[in-house]
Amino acid sequence: MAVIKTEGLTYVYGEGTPFRKLAVDHVDLEIEKGDFAGIIGHTGSGKSTLIQHFNGLLRPTSGSVYIDGERLWDDKAKLRPVRFKVGLVFQYPEYQLFEETVYKDIAFGPKNMGLDEDETDRRIKETARLVGLSDSVMQKSPFELSGGQKRRVAIAGVMAMEPEVLILDEPASGLDPKGREQILGMIKEYHKEKGNTVLLVSHSMEDIARNVDKIMVMNEAKLFCYDETAKVFHRSQELENMGLAVPQVTRVFNRLKALGLDMGEDVYTVKFGSGLLLDRLRKREAN
Amino acid sequence: MIKDITIGQYFPGNSVLHRMDARVKIILTAVFIVMLFAAKGIEGLAVGIVFTVLTFLFSKIPLKMMGKSLKPIVPVVVFTALLNLFFIRTGDVLWEWRFLKLTHDGVDTSVFMVIRIICLICGSSLLTYTTSPIDLTDAIERLMSPLKKIKVPVHELAMMMTIALRFIPTLIEETDKIMSAQKARGADLETGNFLQKAKALIPILIPLFVASFRHAEELALAMECRCYHGGEGRTRMKQLRMSILDLWGSLFCMVFLAGVIAVNALVK
Repeated sequence: MAVIKTEGLTYVYGEGTPFRKLAVDHVDLEIEKGDFAGIIGHTGSGKSTLIQHFNGLLRPTSGSVYIDGERLWDDKAKLRPVRFKVGLVFQYPEYQLFEETVYKDIAFGPKNMGLDEDETDRRIKETARLVGLSDSVMQKSPFELSGGQKRRVAIAGVMAMEPEVLILDEPASGLDPKGREQILGMIKEYHKEKGNTVLLVSHSMEDIARNVDKIMVMNEAKLFCYDETAKVFHRSQELENMGLAVPQVTRVFNRLKALGLDMGEDVYTVKFGSGLLLDRLRKREAN
Repeated sequence: MIKDITIGQYFPGNSVLHRMDARVKIILTAVFIVMLFAAKGIEGLAVGIVFTVLTFLFSKIPLKMMGKSLKPIVPVVVFTALLNLFFIRTGDVLWEWRFLKLTHDGVDTSVFMVIRIICLICGSSLLTYTTSPIDLTDAIERLMSPLKKIKVPVHELAMMMTIALRFIPTLIEETDKIMSAQKARGADLETGNFLQKAKALIPILIPLFVASFRHAEELALAMECRCYHGGEGRTRMKQLRMSILDLWGSLFCMVFLAGVIAVNALVK
C-alpha cells in the first residue's frame, strides 16, 4: 500500500485577494513504502507547497491526502500523530534551532511525542551517530556551531522522531561542495540503514541523480511525472524544454549519441558513464 | 493563515485616487476632516456624505473592504450614540423612564455624530487603501521636511518607518516558516492554558529574535557598503510628482468644502 497518496490535490494561496496564486494543481500521486525519491522543479513550481501537505501543515484547497490509507483533515485531532509519522525538514532548518544545548534541541521532537527519558536519550544518541555529531558537540549551544553542523543538528531533530517518511527540502542548499556531499551521503546512509521512505527536494539534478531511485518532477504547479530515475532522464528533451537541466554527464552522452556513439543505455551518473566508456575501450583494444 | 494579514491596508489598483500624489492625498484628507467638522447641521453634513460616497466610488475599492475598516470602530460608534442619546436633555421629550430621558435634540445629535464618525473613518481609510505604505512614508517625509530646520530628524524617522514596513512581510513570512517547522516537530500551539500557550511560543520567539538580529546586521552592513550616510544631499529614484489629476482632486475637494460652508450659512 502506498504510504503517501494524493487525489486531485490542489492548493491556492491568497484565495479571494488580488494576490491569488495557484501553487499546486490537481496532483495525483502514490509514494510507496521504502521509496527513496527526489522532487525536482523550478523555484515556484510548487514543490515546497506540495510537501507541506504530506504532514498536514497545509490544508488542501480541494482534493485529499492519504497517509497509510488514512485521509488527513477528516479529524483535526489526528493531525499531530501524522507529523510524527511524516517528518519534514524545512529549507535552512538551522533557523529553527532555539534550545540552550544541541542535546535539548534534538530532544524537542521526541519530547513532544511524549516519550520517556530513556527512549528520548536512546534516540538522540542514535541520530547523533547517524548525522555524525560528536559527543563534545552535544552540550554546546547550537548557535556557536558552524553552518554545516547546525544543519546536522536540525536534521537530527526531525530524524529523532523516527518518522516512517522523512522529507527534506533542499537539505544541502547554501553549503560548500564538501558539506553538500556529506549531508547527502548521510541521508543516503540513513535510507540504507533504516529502509524508510525518504523524499529529497532539490533543484540540483546532479545531487538527485547520484542519490535517489525515483524522481518526481513538478512543473508550473502540476506533477509532470513520478518515475524511476532512468525513465525520467530518458525524457531529457522534455525536461530541457521545461528549463530543467539534466545532469551534465547525461548531456555529454546524449551528444555522443548524436555524433554516432550509441552506448545503448541512459547515463546519468559519472561513475556509470565512465564504466561504460572503459568497457567499450577495453573491447576495442581486445579486438 | 498568518500571511493573510494585509500590510497597512493598501489595496492595489489603478483608480484616479491611486494615481494621485501621496502628499496631495494627505493634505486633502486633512481638508476632508476639516470639512466634516465644519458642518454644523445635518444639511452641511449631507454635503460631506456626498463627497465621501463620490471619492469612494472613484477609488474602486470593494465595499467589503470598507466594512472591514469600519468593524473595529463599532464600539466607539455605539458608545458615542448612547452617550448623546441619553445625556442631551434639551428639546421635546420623546420617551422617559426613571432617570433615562430621550429627547428630540438627543436623537438628532446622536445620528449626526454617528454619521460623522462613519464618514471620517471611510474617508480617511481611503487614503491608506489607495496609497502604498512606502509612498505614504515618502510623502510624510516630504511634508515634514520643514521641521528639519528645528533639528527634527525627519529623514531618519522616515527611513526607520520605511525599513520597518519593508521588514514586516519578511518577518511574517519568517514567523510562518518557523511555526511550520516547529509544528512539524510536534509543537502544540493550539491547546493548553494560558501559561502553556505562552511557553509554547518560546520555540518560535527565539529563532525569530535571532533572525531579526541577523537581518538588522546584514542590512546595516549592506547600507554601509553603499555609503549610506543619512539624508543630506540624497536624491530619490522614485520622485513624487504632481499631475493635473492632483489639481482636479484639490479643486473637487475645495468645491465641497465651500459647499459645506455655504450650506452652513444658508441654513442659519
